Formats: sequence, C-alpha cells, structure tokens
Amino acid sequence: MGKIWRVSGPLVIADEMKGSQVYEVVEIGKEGLVGEITGLDGDKAIIQAHEETLGLRVGDEVKGTGKILSVELGPGIVGSIYDGLQKSLLTLVEESGPFIKRGVKALALDRNKKWHFTPTVRDGDILGPGSIIGTVTETNIIEHKIMVPPGLKGTIRKIKGGDYTVDEPVASLEHESGVFEIKLKQEWPVRKPRPYRQRLAPAGLLTTGMRVMDYMFPLALGGKAAIPGGFGTGKTVALQQLAKWAQTHLNIYVGCGERGNEMSDVLYSFRQLKDPKTGELLQDKEIFIANTSNMPVVAREASIFVGITVAEYFRDMGYDVLLIADSTSRWAEAMREMGGRLEEMPGEEGFPAYLGSHLSSFYERSGMVECLGRPERNGSVTVIGSVSPPGADFSEPVTQNTLRIVDALYSLDVSLANKRHFPTINWLTSYSLYIDVVRNWWNDVYPEWADTRSAALKILQQEAELEEIVRLVGPEALPEGDKLLLLIARMLREDFLQQSAYHEIDAYCTPLKAGLMITAIMKFYDLAQEMLNSGMRVEEIRSSPMVYRITRMKDIPNELFEQKAKELWQEMEQELVADKGGTL
Amino acid sequence: MSLSSLYIKEGRAINKAKGSLLVAESIPGIELSEIIDVQLGNGEVKRGQAIDIGKEAIIIQVFGGVSEVDLIDCKIRCKGETLKLPVSIDMMGRFFNGMGESIDGGPPIIPYDYLEINGEPMNPAARQPPSEFIETGISAIDGLNALVRGQKLPIFSGAGLPHNKIAAQIIRQATVKGEEERFALVFAAVGISYDEASFFMKDLENTGALERTVAFINTASDPVIERISTPRLALTAADYLAWEQGMDVLVILTDMTNYCEALRELSSMREEIPSRRGYPGYMYTDLATIYERAGRIMGKEGSITILPILTMPNDDITHPIPDLTGYITEGQIVLSRNLERKGIYLPIDVFLSLSRMMKEGIGPGKTREDHNNVFMQSYAAYSEGCNLREISTIIGAESLGERDKVYLSFADEFEKRFVSQGEFEKRRVEETLDIAWDLFSMLPEKELRLISEKFIDKYLPRGKSSSS
Ligand SMILES: Nc1ncnc2c1ncn2[C@@H]1O[C@H](COP(=O)(O)OP(=O)(O)O)[C@@H](O)[C@H]1O
Ligand SMILES: [Mg+2]
Repeated sequence: MGKIWRVSGPLVIADEMKGSQVYEVVEIGKEGLVGEITGLDGDKAIIQAHEETLGLRVGDEVKGTGKILSVELGPGIVGSIYDGLQKSLLTLVEESGPFIKRGVKALALDRNKKWHFTPTVRDGDILGPGSIIGTVTETNIIEHKIMVPPGLKGTIRKIKGGDYTVDEPVASLEHESGVFEIKLKQEWPVRKPRPYRQRLAPAGLLTTGMRVMDYMFPLALGGKAAIPGGFGTGKTVALQQLAKWAQTHLNIYVGCGERGNEMSDVLYSFRQLKDPKTGELLQDKEIFIANTSNMPVVAREASIFVGITVAEYFRDMGYDVLLIADSTSRWAEAMREMGGRLEEMPGEEGFPAYLGSHLSSFYERSGMVECLGRPERNGSVTVIGSVSPPGADFSEPVTQNTLRIVDALYSLDVSLANKRHFPTINWLTSYSLYIDVVRNWWNDVYPEWADTRSAALKILQQEAELEEIVRLVGPEALPEGDKLLLLIARMLREDFLQQSAYHEIDAYCTPLKAGLMITAIMKFYDLAQEMLNSGMRVEEIRSSPMVYRITRMKDIPNELFEQKAKELWQEMEQELVADKGGTL
Repeated sequence: MSLSSLYIKEGRAINKAKGSLLVAESIPGIELSEIIDVQLGNGEVKRGQAIDIGKEAIIIQVFGGVSEVDLIDCKIRCKGETLKLPVSIDMMGRFFNGMGESIDGGPPIIPYDYLEINGEPMNPAARQPPSEFIETGISAIDGLNALVRGQKLPIFSGAGLPHNKIAAQIIRQATVKGEEERFALVFAAVGISYDEASFFMKDLENTGALERTVAFINTASDPVIERISTPRLALTAADYLAWEQGMDVLVILTDMTNYCEALRELSSMREEIPSRRGYPGYMYTDLATIYERAGRIMGKEGSITILPILTMPNDDITHPIPDLTGYITEGQIVLSRNLERKGIYLPIDVFLSLSRMMKEGIGPGKTREDHNNVFMQSYAAYSEGCNLREISTIIGAESLGERDKVYLSFADEFEKRFVSQGEFEKRRVEETLDIAWDLFSMLPEKELRLISEKFIDKYLPRGKSSSS
C-alpha cells in the first residue's frame, strides 16, 4: 500500500509502491477511485486515474489490487449500457441519481439474476479451451454460449442444466493439476487479445443497408474501416445506421468522448426499433459503452478496449460482431493529454510517438477467425472507427495514422454536408480493399453488381472532370452527350447515393434493391442515348416521365421493389421501341 | 462563491510566482482544487485554487488580477473547500461578477445550497432525449435549424456581425407551444465590452425578462482569469434552477471566444505543450464539460438549453475555437458576412448552419407534417441555385438554360423572402413553412423530388405555379 505523492488532473503519483506492476489496477483515496499504473520509478508509481481526481489529498492511500484492468464476461451483457470501466450506467442511475458521483461502484453483471443454463456436453467429455459446454438464452436474439475459458482443458464433471447466477459453478473441469469450476461468468484483461485457433481472411459482405457502402465501398465481415470527417458531416449518424441495420449477430457501440444526448438517443430508440432480420427489438443485439466527452478523459482508452474485448468474447462463440467506435480521435486526444502531463517527448501536433502503435493495437483485433475448441466454428469482429480531424483536415496525425491501418475508408465531405447530400461519403476519395472479398457474395445476390458498380463510378469520375469545364464555360456550352452524362451522374448521386437516415422506407435498402435501382438508372442511360441519337435534346429527356419515376424509387418498399423495377424496365423498353419506331 | 468556513491550514514559504500562478511549499492534507486564500504583501486577500498538489510543492492559480510582484511575500491559507456557488431562487433578477459575488448593490442572497461550480457529469443513461420544439419566430432557424429544449446550439459569428441582435431576438420571441412560464434566463457575459453587456441588459429590461434573469458579468476590463469561472457559475445557477426548481432555463454565454483565449493564456502560463495554434490540447474536453451541462433528465421537470455566442477569428470556421465547439455542440447557427453585405437580416448562412436535434423536434404534433420535407427540399433547391449563381458570375446568367435560370431566381427570392426577416418580426412556424411552399411554386413541380406527393397535393399553391 502506498500514498499519494502528487496529483495533477488525471495523473497521480504515489510513493511507497514497491512491488507494484505496470498496468496493475489500484484504488486511490478513501473513495477507492480506479486507477492504472502506467509506469514505475523507484518506489514511485505513475498512475492514470480513470475517475475524477478533484478532492484527492497528498498522503491519501493508494492500494494495489494485484489485478490488471479486466472485463466481466457472461450473460447480462447484451442490452446493457456501461461506462468506460464497464460499470453499469443504469445501476449508477439507481444508486446515485442522474449525475455520476465519484467512486460509486456498479458491477457489470447482476449477481442475483438467475439464468437458465442448458448443457450441450456430458460428464466425461474431454474438452479444450474455448469449447462450448452449454448455452443460456440471453435475449430474444442472442444465445450466450458458455465456453471453457482460454488456457484450460480437461474432463467435464458435474455438468447440470438449471438456473444459475453468474457466480455459481455450472460444471467443473478436471485436469492434471486440479479442478476448475466453470461459471457463467469469466474475466479477461482488456489489453490482451483473446486467443483463437487460426486467423482467416475477411469474407462476405457486412450488409449495412446503406447503398454507398454495400454497393460502392463494401465492408467485409472481419474487416476494419475508418470514417473520418469534420463536424456535422454525418459520422455519428452513419455509425448509428450501422448499429441499427448491419446484418451481424451483435453490435457494440462505443461512444468515446462524444455527446451524452447521442448515447441516450441510441439507447432509447433501440428499445423500440426492430432488427430487420429477426424482427426482434434492436436492444437484444446491442451493447453500449459510453464514456461521454464530460466523463473522465483517461477512461476513454478503457472504453475502447473494453469494447473490443467484449467483441472478441462474442466472436469466440462463433458470432459476427460489429464494433463501432465514435470517436477514436477523442481517445487519441486523451493519450496526448496524459503524455503531456507525463512530460513525454511529443510527436506531431503534440500526440505521443506511440499514437500509431496504440491505434493499431485496437484495429488489429478485428478479423475473421476460426475459434478455439469444439464445435468448430468461425467468428468475426468487424471494426469501424470514426475520426474527427481538426478543421476537417485529413493530413492531421490521427487520420494519417489510421489510414495506414484500415482497409476501407469512408471519407466524409464537408461540402457535401453543406449541400445536405447524405451520407457524405465522397465517391472519389473513399475506397474499399474488400472488392474481391465480397465478389462471390454479390454474385449470389446480384450478379450485375461488379459491372454496374464500375460503370457508375466511371460516370461519376467523368462528371467530376466535366464539372471543371462547366465552371469555365457553363453547362449550356457542353455537347449534348456530355450534358446527358451530367444528367445521369446527377441521377446516380441524388437517386442512388443519397440516402436519408430518416426516410421511413429508404433508411434501410436491401442489397438487391440497391442493385435494381442502379440498373434502372443505367438502363435509362441506354434509353436516353437512343433518344439523343434520334434527335431529342437533353432538356427534353430531362422531363421524361421515366426520370420522375426514377426519382421516386426510394419510396418503394424493399419487398415490392423487384416487381416495380421490372415494370419500370418494361416501360423503358417500350418507350425505346416507340422511340425507334418514330425515327424509322 | 462561499467564504463561510474557518481557516484550517496555513502555509508560507512561497517559492516562485509566474503570472497568476504561485508555487508554494506543500500544505499537509491539501485537496486537489481546494480553495486557497492568498494574503498579499500589502495585506489584501485574493482567492486561489490548488491546481496541482504534491508532497513537496503545490501550484496555486490565483484569481482576481494579480501580478507576480503582488505575489512576492504572500501567505497562503487553505480552507478545506472547493469552489462553490451559493444558490437560491432569489438570484433571479440579480447581477453577479465572475467570482459569483453580487455586484448590483442589492441585499445579500440567503443561500439555499452551495453547489460545486464544475458540476458532475450527467449520466447518459439518465438523459431524456430532447424533443420539444422551441419556436423562435425566425424562419431560418425554425424552418431549417430548429432548436429544441435541452439542446446546446451556438451562434458562430464574426466581428461586427449582428449576433447580439439575433440573440436578443431569440430571447424575446422564443416560446414552447402550449406551455407558459417556468422559464428562466441565465446570462453570462464573458470578456465582452461594457456596452455590449448593457445592450443585453436594456433589452431584457424593456421586455420585462430581467426579473427572470440571473446575470454573471465579466467584462473586457475584468480579470481574465475569471473568464474561466464565469460560464461555470452561470451553469451552476442554471443547474439549480432547472434540476431543483424545475424551470426551463435558457443559458446565453457570450463571447466564448474570450473564454477560449483565457484558457490559452492560462495554459501557456502553465507551460503546457500547446496543440493547434497555441490552444491547449484539452480545450475540447474543457468546453465539453461546460456544454454537456445542457440537457433534460428522465423523470425530472426542467431543462437547460445553452445558446453560446462566439466570434470566429478571421471569419474562419476551421479555427480551433469554432471547430472544437462544433464538435461538441448540437449544431451551429453560422452568420455570413456576405449576406450581411447584401443587407440581409438575419444573415444566417443556411448551408453552414445545422441543428442536430431538429428531427426530434419537428413533424406532426410538434410543428407540421410537411416540415421535414420542406426542410430538405429548401436545401436542395437553394443549394442548386447558389451553385448556379457561382457559375453565372463567370459565364453570365444569360448563358444559363431556362431551368437553371429558374433555380437562380429561386435562390435570390429565398434569401429575400425566407432568410430575410424583420428584427421585431415574429413568424409562426406555419407561416415559415408557407413561405417556403410559396417559393417552391416557382419550381417545376416534378422537381420537388424530396417532398412526398401527398404533401405536394395538400400544400403547393397551384394557382401560381403553372406559368413558371
Ligand atoms: N444519412 C443521413 N441522413 C440524413 N441526415 C443526415 C445523415 N447523416 C447526417 N445527417 C445530418 O447531419 C447532421 C450531423 O450528423 P452527425 O452524424 O451528427 O455528424 P458528425 O458526427 O460527423 O459530427 C445530423 O444531425 C443530420 O441532420
Ligand atoms: Mg458525431
């Protein structure tokens, strides 16, 4: 046990701390604030406090716990909202009211609640680490698989179905050196990746219901992506859309150093919204971690690592998990603040030199894996983090370091936001390295994907070039063929890429509908070219009823769309025939 | 702030003074952020706060405009207390300085409670998502950037732009449908000129709002260091009125640019490693601890709505002050020098402005069913018109096609009839929406692609539309 020697903001230095370890969790002062040792210097320990330090005194006790920062894993996690230290925020409301008081404890998992455990193995079975021994129906969506904790193997004994609290043993595991009791709850240190048998390449599309992502810049299950953008460009709305509609088994939403109202918004809307796949309430497949901008700065880092560790745990059950972090820049700023207080050598813009390696220690925990143990299964963690570059300037260190790590970039554009073109994902500067990974997936769903996608991107590219000319000579001076291209590009932007998160029907678009929509525009392009050849002017083509029909495609529900699209195509063909007839 | 308790510990032996910072020999048992009384060589006593405590030394931030010379030979005493504001309902109608001391010569306030001026973070799980539409009577705000109770929505202005007039107009006109008078105003002047501060006070007096106002005044000539505490005092008063008295509190903080400058000054005094343009790396977090005090709480009456005003240095929205603010607040109302030059009041730049809470506050039962569609269509058409305006400055309007010309004049009319409004003109939200529909009738009907067909049938004034 040591004593406080100095306090400066979230930095606490304690002396008489011989025998402590780096990363050991300590309890500070009479309130037992949670801190973490980040360095040792003689008998002094340098501690970052995860809770507000106002009111600490020199000489107050600092107690080592012998533990490193860990999470509790077990039934009861899904649907919860935690702070960065995995304290249940709902419990905190009950214990201390609407404002967060220092030092109040709230366990992550309810100790009294009984869960019904159904074994899937028998006494005498010999199992290795990660093997599933039974299940608990945690929510209407999530079957919580109870696994042999990593590092253990042996013979199953005394396994029995029934109702258990998270602390009661449901089976024991007999091994050479003794007996280990398996409970519904396990613990895992947050900074240590959970083990798996084998890492696999990301595979398959992570369907988001957002056309510009699914169709243009697809994200693969097990992938890693970043979404940088200035304030107001739509980072949070895009991430909330993912949390709502991504076709994964489970989503984890980490609000890191951002607004409180945004957390309460997701929290409460997810109690009413339904998952399009299962028809169950979204909160049944969601875990929230909230360390808002006014909560202790140091716990921002913890919130990110708590999130990724929980994600890995559900991955190990064989699930596809999406981890959303909004915003990684706030975590980076917390690193900068602590680095500054420790008087470390600053790197670019004052960020510590280890910024890049810390960021990658987070993103690199994404991936598709073959899980440990039996039965054989794969699981994935897909990670997407927002970045908040100062002045929307992407050359700043956090954006640049993140770009070196991720394989998909959704670059949000202030000028699109000003025009209210949402999502503001810029089609010229965004990219995905998962095109080949999702090719097979798309071949099954909509084989025309690859061709229509590249054709559309080409038109948008040409538009950008023509825009330059328009700025000099005006739109009327262009040849008709170019005018038509501009019209089609505009349709692609407005009638395909634009997608309001608040549109009753359009908020979620199935991949099939996306394909049919873009094909409708491309078919219209063919038709329009014929019209042009037959002497019509673009001015006239623009007022074709087909154009109007295309602008209204978003209003057609997903399930009716295939039928409607076919009707539309037929009409276009008829018009084409009629048109040709006219010129003959 | 309270001065009531006994002096409990004492220390001397000042080692070093720098600006308003004082390094002193440690006092056993001192708490981080504890209040310190600093007795200067001439006997005068100043208030300070322990901002860094150690076994060997402590660092004290001294308030109230001191110089290094004053600090030589001073004595310190600590009192076992942190900064607190005595609060009471009787604060309404009263004026305080940046230390929370009454400056209007009125009777002393009998405190009901003493509250920590930093507040405590609101638990996100206890927040009630804000959703009550505040009608400001201003079309560019109500129609396109609607404000709701519990929101934090700043005005980003520039030197010489009419932000004060606009703020005063909002204060005069703001109402919430179907509700009366659990309303209070908390006004914090942060480093603004005396004239500006008295402009507000006069306006409040004229409208009779003064008696529902608590004002904290730190003018340009008052100590810079107190700019740090002024907004916090204001929000502490707001906390009390909202969460203890169940009132709907509107907090005006002006000018937060002065606050940020004070923060920078302090940071450089502490010799901290600066981030962008000399501002401290923690400025985001620091501002967030102020602005996040806005909100509503589940199962509780009352609300805190914050309307900060800041001037963008050089009209540059990417400057760290507006930039970090925009990352924290729930949108921003941006004023435009261009529109101001064209003689448009209120010169609100619709494209750069945003209200992130708007969608919760509008729609059937709140404003009108077509509101969201009107909002989206207005943006699309106005933005198209402005884009063409830019092109036409190079090639001339006459070389535009017929359709494009229509959009060009739409943009002009939109600025003249929708954005532009009298300083004392209050428009109901329905009027605002109807103006927009009137303007839509200039456009080809088939191009109203963001409006659902049923609303077009219901609201588009068809008589005039056919010709254009
Ligand atoms: N997909 C979208 N559809 C409609 N509106 C959007 C969309 N994305 C963003 N917006 C608008 O932009 C605003 C800012 O978006 P937000 O995600 O909060 O930005 P950021 O997190 O980048 O600061 C939202 O409040 C909303 O009005
Ligand atoms: Mg955001």
